[in-house]
Amino acid sequence: MSAAEVTADHADINEPGKARETFRAVTRDVSWIAESPKPHKLWLVALTLAVLLFGIGIWSIYCVVMRGIGVWGNSNTVCWAWDITNFVWWIGIGHAGTLISAVLYLTRQQWRVSINRSAEAMTIFAVMAAGIFPLLHTGRPWFAWWMLPLPNDMGSMWPQFRSPLMWDVFAVSTYLTTSLLFWYMGMVPDLATFRDRNAGKGNNVKALIYGMLSLGWRGSARQWHRYERAYLILAGLATPLVFSVHSVVSFDFATSQLPGWHTTIFPPYFVAGAIFSGFAMVLTLLLPLRYLFNLQHIIKQAHIHAMCKIMLATGMMVGLAYASEFFIAWYSGNPFESFTFISRAFGPFWWAYFAMVSCNVLIPQFFWSNWVKNNNVLIWVLCIFINIGMWFERFVIIATSLARSFLPSAWSYYHPTRYDVGVFVGTIGMFLMFFLLFFRFAPVVAISEVKGASDGAHASGKKGAH
Amino acid sequence: MATETPPPDKATEPRPDSENQTGDASGKHGTAGELYGYLAEYDTPGELVEAARKVKDAGFTEFDAYSPFPVHGIDPAMGIKRTILPLLIFGGGFVGATSGILLQWYCNAYSWGWNISGKPTWSIPANIPIAYELTILLAVLTSFFGMWGLNKLPQVWHPLFRSDRFLRVTDDGFFIGIEAKDKRFDVDKTKALLGDAGAIDIEPVYYDPDPAKKAMPKWIMAFIVASTAFALIPFAIAAKARNSHSAEPHVHIFPDMDFQPKFKSDTANDLFADGRSNRGEIPGTVARGWLEEDTTFYLGLTAETGGQWIDGFPASYPDSPSLTPDLRGKPFVVDAKLLKRGQNRFNIYCTPCHGYDGRGQGMVPTRVKEQGGVWLARNLVDKAGPVVFLPNGQLFNTITNGFPPTMMGYGAQIPAADRWAIVAYVRALERSQIASNEDQAGQR
Repeated sequence: MSAAEVTADHADINEPGKARETFRAVTRDVSWIAESPKPHKLWLVALTLAVLLFGIGIWSIYCVVMRGIGVWGNSNTVCWAWDITNFVWWIGIGHAGTLISAVLYLTRQQWRVSINRSAEAMTIFAVMAAGIFPLLHTGRPWFAWWMLPLPNDMGSMWPQFRSPLMWDVFAVSTYLTTSLLFWYMGMVPDLATFRDRNAGKGNNVKALIYGMLSLGWRGSARQWHRYERAYLILAGLATPLVFSVHSVVSFDFATSQLPGWHTTIFPPYFVAGAIFSGFAMVLTLLLPLRYLFNLQHIIKQAHIHAMCKIMLATGMMVGLAYASEFFIAWYSGNPFESFTFISRAFGPFWWAYFAMVSCNVLIPQFFWSNWVKNNNVLIWVLCIFINIGMWFERFVIIATSLARSFLPSAWSYYHPTRYDVGVFVGTIGMFLMFFLLFFRFAPVVAISEVKGASDGAHASGKKGAH
Repeated sequence: MATETPPPDKATEPRPDSENQTGDASGKHGTAGELYGYLAEYDTPGELVEAARKVKDAGFTEFDAYSPFPVHGIDPAMGIKRTILPLLIFGGGFVGATSGILLQWYCNAYSWGWNISGKPTWSIPANIPIAYELTILLAVLTSFFGMWGLNKLPQVWHPLFRSDRFLRVTDDGFFIGIEAKDKRFDVDKTKALLGDAGAIDIEPVYYDPDPAKKAMPKWIMAFIVASTAFALIPFAIAAKARNSHSAEPHVHIFPDMDFQPKFKSDTANDLFADGRSNRGEIPGTVARGWLEEDTTFYLGLTAETGGQWIDGFPASYPDSPSLTPDLRGKPFVVDAKLLKRGQNRFNIYCTPCHGYDGRGQGMVPTRVKEQGGVWLARNLVDKAGPVVFLPNGQLFNTITNGFPPTMMGYGAQIPAADRWAIVAYVRALERSQIASNEDQAGQR
């Protein structure tokens, strides 16, 4: 009997043992993925592919580190090129996880419980992938510790804390730490579930590993009390953090003087784009895995509807930002600004601009239709387009502005080399590899939160009445 | 592609709810030690809350409820006081904000101020983002570690884990455990209380008889001690290095920038016969654009060998790439444009000593006089000379090579064309101040 059937059976929930049956079904439906002795064949295929891509990435990174970033195509004025494009793209994707786990928690959106765990995992792996790019872009990644304010023997060579690039260092590392701790803390009760199930079956090695990871969690009410307080406060802290991180990333651009970058619209525009791309990536990952691992009754169609609506809303915010940029370029009367935006849409990178607008503004309009929102294959395809469109958005901002700056002598065009492609593809491989491993070995759905949000969980009356 | 469905689940098959196991003293781990307390299971979260309220009302304090998810309403039922965690987190955030500001102030304003376009070294708005992120970071770390610390976790052993039934607390089990150390604990009465509250099962839980199992396992402790000691080694090396002297050079891990394959200027070098790394000019050659063969323009002399100082101005500019394109090869015209240029250059280079009016009362002589010293600057417009009597060529030469000991040559700073413009301006200055009646007659 699946959880769907059990929870549908509202009348029965007051009978002795019925509520517990619901909870058992949730536990079983989630934990069997980690417990089945053989992994799913498609999972193995996907993992192999991901590891292959990751291998390409490692080789490319090796070449970039050993020979210098001159192997990339950015040895001209388009010096930020793919590298920073990829950084901003990955960081943006990372935003959905925290948004789902923190902002939707504070706004009491119950549907988040089915997807928050995997979205948080996605966040962490996306931020890890993002971190690779600025590190490589320094050219000498082994000196990355110079970004820390450490006493040194070169006089008082401290970091310049008023540089937005230093703000980035602090914002991104705080974000990674917070996401990691939030994710792990949420997972501890579910790791304890895995511990107890393995102990019950006599799998002592697994029980030991999960036991160490779950820190001896007993689910006591006094522990839950502090745990819930900490969870609420962490959500409250993560919410301003998630908005600050992409704002700080946008400051890298907005505090410069370059037409097309030097605008105050960037922080909200970047945050909306981040949420937009993050939800697209969540659906890209979860739609196939939900189907393969039979999680349809936990990650319900209604939840997918909600995510589609968020993408529709944020997609239109992004569209509004595109329009505002053009309006301001005209309204400001600044000839450099106008020139930049005309060349953005009709200049040498016109194809990237139109890819961006069609993927980010037109594609989400399909989500007005309920028929589309029920067609998961179509949603998946649309989400892939949105991922591509959001990548192009960052590319358009970076490449078109740098390729057409103030001095015509500095104008140039950007061609990626195989190392640009290799590193990017490699981070996709790394991201997918970690995510697939997470899906096989960790509690992919927040078991305790799903139980807490189910019908039998309310203690308002006797026998689980609600 | 077929989806997989969960296999039948043995680990969580419903177990018979029986109340007959209460006498079973031995858990899965064998023999029993001292009594820890009683563990009672309830069917639903609602019943758990009711039972917890009864236990509290009976006066127990050393008891706890256990559930797979946080049961709402159990905190007041059990009389759980609000945790002090939020206060700790506030403290963490406060420390983060202060240390974020202090760190930036120390590094960028106190220890090493950055002078960027003369902007202030300390400007709060630009320091806010990092202070903001550090506030959040420290608050997050406090909430995470504070929560585990207050919950006394990680704890790798607990008597409750000796109960097979308790394995289901993370699945579907709702339990209340009353500890034997509670003052009101009584084997029979406590059991009866739990039963009256609607328990579907009650069992005693015992400590492990082996005292070693009531503490952190030895190998974990050994690992913690060893890894802590290991982690301190780099700090010990750093501390030693800071407090000792060594004649050895630095360790250069990445020597590519520190030791570059090049020769620096003014150093000894065995490669060349003269033993110097500087390579001087090759005799008989001159750099492109620097062949100054026009002696009138560059030296102020008439064209023939052993020439005299010229009285007027050169006839034309040489066609040399060292001149700006608008002058190359053009005739030399004394006009308002040239005088403006001359005034501009004169005001930059000459006025500090000679003054704006050319009377030798510039800022330097004035200041030296105030300080009680003597600094003589030539009065360029003195009717009695000698400057007014100098031919233009000699005046040009004086600007180029100076007038020792006080005036140095300006040939290196001022290009030749500008020096001629200054000559023209100085002549104009003279005329403006010592002009004769005849001079003025033509102006009327």
